[in-house]
Amino acid sequence: MISTNKGETVSIVLDGEEVEVPAGINLVDAAALFKKEIPHYCYHPQLSVAGNCRMCLIEMGTPMRDRGTGEPVLNDDGTQKIGWVPKPVIGCATTVSPGMHVKTISEKVTDCREGIMEFLLVNHPLDCPICDQAGECRLQEFATDYGRGYSRYVERKNVKPKRTRLGPRVTLDDERCILCSRCIRFSQEVAKDDVLGFVDRGSYSTLSCFPGRELENNYSLNTVDICPVGALTSTDFRFKMRVWFLKELPSICAESSAGCNIMVSSREGEIHRITPRRNDDVNDSWMTDSGRLLYKQVRSDNRLLTPQVKQTESALDVAISSAFESFNGKKLAIVGSCHSTLEELYLLNHLSKATKAKKYLRGHFGEDDGILLSADRSPNLRGTLLSGFTNEYPKKDLSKLNDDLKKGVVDAVLVVNEDLLDSGVEGESLLGVPVTYLGTHQNTTSNLAEIVIPTLTSFEKKGTFINRSFIAQGFASTVPSPGGLLPLTQILCRLLSLSDEESKITADFSLIWKNLSSPPKSPFKGMTFTDAQRGSLQIDGSKWNNLSFVEKKALHFEPQSSVLSSK
Amino acid sequence: MPKTVVLARKPLSFSERTYLPQIATGLKTTLSNMFKPNVTLQYPEEKPSIPQNYRGVPTLVKDPNGREKCVSCQLCEFVCPPKAIRITPGSVPEDDDSREHVEKAPEEFEINMLRCIYCGYCQEVCPEEAIFLQDEYSTSGYSREEMINNKEKLYELGGTVPDPHYKWDKKKNAEDEGNSH
Repeated sequence: MISTNKGETVSIVLDGEEVEVPAGINLVDAAALFKKEIPHYCYHPQLSVAGNCRMCLIEMGTPMRDRGTGEPVLNDDGTQKIGWVPKPVIGCATTVSPGMHVKTISEKVTDCREGIMEFLLVNHPLDCPICDQAGECRLQEFATDYGRGYSRYVERKNVKPKRTRLGPRVTLDDERCILCSRCIRFSQEVAKDDVLGFVDRGSYSTLSCFPGRELENNYSLNTVDICPVGALTSTDFRFKMRVWFLKELPSICAESSAGCNIMVSSREGEIHRITPRRNDDVNDSWMTDSGRLLYKQVRSDNRLLTPQVKQTESALDVAISSAFESFNGKKLAIVGSCHSTLEELYLLNHLSKATKAKKYLRGHFGEDDGILLSADRSPNLRGTLLSGFTNEYPKKDLSKLNDDLKKGVVDAVLVVNEDLLDSGVEGESLLGVPVTYLGTHQNTTSNLAEIVIPTLTSFEKKGTFINRSFIAQGFASTVPSPGGLLPLTQILCRLLSLSDEESKITADFSLIWKNLSSPPKSPFKGMTFTDAQRGSLQIDGSKWNNLSFVEKKALHFEPQSSVLSSK
Repeated sequence: MPKTVVLARKPLSFSERTYLPQIATGLKTTLSNMFKPNVTLQYPEEKPSIPQNYRGVPTLVKDPNGREKCVSCQLCEFVCPPKAIRITPGSVPEDDDSREHVEKAPEEFEINMLRCIYCGYCQEVCPEEAIFLQDEYSTSGYSREEMINNKEKLYELGGTVPDPHYKWDKKKNAEDEGNSH
């Protein structure tokens, strides 16, 4: 694990070249900074160092000094003599020190790697044709770099169980395991659920769950991601698709306000899996198992695919204009959603101004697991504040809307992706009230709505989510949207131009961001959508410190209230 | 520019002027062919014998134990230049005794013969020696759907070929006798 350092650097000589590296890091990371790969299996930058795979052996030395006098020992040509350590050392467990000399590539180092590869492959089943890791397997990669190409092993190979169930989502292929212990360290250190361990010795050694336990925590699939070989496989993805067919595009997880960075793998527009993407400010290299299942909603049976007016299918243009007519001149209530993107909320806010509508919002809350599943189960609650849609912290239901409907303060409703009946609005209050539903999936509200306009999931649209630490993270679409559907931003712009003919707002993201950043006290000052897409964009959220956010202390997150009280 | 050289034609000899020797040679060739065995084939009733390395229609084969050899690694689908192959991978249930140690097999395997260019890359790339371009060369159908060979048709066309490996038997032996854990 990279130890913290206070910006100090040390100078080392890497393959004969003097370089400055941060103090406290190990040689694998130091070499990686200069695009030199030291092959490794057991080392992971975000886990503790185990040093058991021996793949990262390198040559190390220090400038020699005379033991008696302390004078530098010189070569014939006047340069200082380097005292190379006679045996190679492992790069992952060697911290950089000033003046250290390192050879990441030499005859001896290559020899070591070839030897280690031969040992690792002695009992390897070589079932790459059916192995899900094939194509992204470190064993395959380094076997092509340092492998012998043929086997000298004439004895019969080990036979081990090929499909051990470790938990509800993880299947273990024992034959492929190289005993690197990354999964064990992950369970202990990150998931804080110590269930895995090695049993037996020598070639009998196998990975196993402790008796009576299962690998069933919500982070179990991260062990599959960090497994350098194909030993741990995801039961959901097992044998479904070879990885070389998958197109990987970056996105942001919409499960909770943690805002995990993810990689969406799809083939021909169909998502096959979701894996975490490294971001050391947000989610390191991890994500929840529950967040990985979200792709299933893209092609679920209850997905809305056609616009409907009064329960009959219609064209999108017709649905939009009838939606406008249904609430035009009425006392409209706009129900926003914390699942919408920042840009959608911005446009929704403008629509509420143009139609003089009252705004309502509900939050979705659950248990906080203290890692990457936060109590706020919506990705963009802070976006509702920053977009100006609301200034209050949303409650867990819409009882206020129910009261207003009963009192007759509102007599038309436009809902974005929320289920009214599930949020404390009584069916009776909605009788005779025209409801327009803009959402992705069928629910009780879409069933009773007069007009239904389907929208896109976060995998199909672009936008920005603002996570629990007020980090704005932009994302682009990863798969094409179902035919004939428009993103919510464009639908809202059309409604906006119908309500206010002088409106100059379009669904152009650069324009929306220009408008967002233009007010003098805007927290988005000088920022663009491209900045948000590029990476972590920290927004100053101190204006909302007085709100009682529900999130608890978690990975890379410190609640503002506790920060304030500690000051 | 090259100069044109005009060559003088040699005058014909007497025997050449009679044409008789040439007619006799021609008749000899004709007569000798009349008594040689027939080489014309009455296609399509009669079909020629196809050489061993001929690249005909791609087919899937089974090993002599009747187990399908394809493990749906999808390398042929990847390498196929005209994208004629489409595989739906599937897993083999653990309790299937006839296919012990086999974990993965295709659920569906389709080769679109309207796309196939008979290049043989699929046979070349197959790590399990499961796909072969065999001697069948004439395919026809009344619709586009008929021209897509599904898994059943591919195994029917492929049949069984001698197997030098018996991979699954080796696995089983290793477990029974060897270092099984």
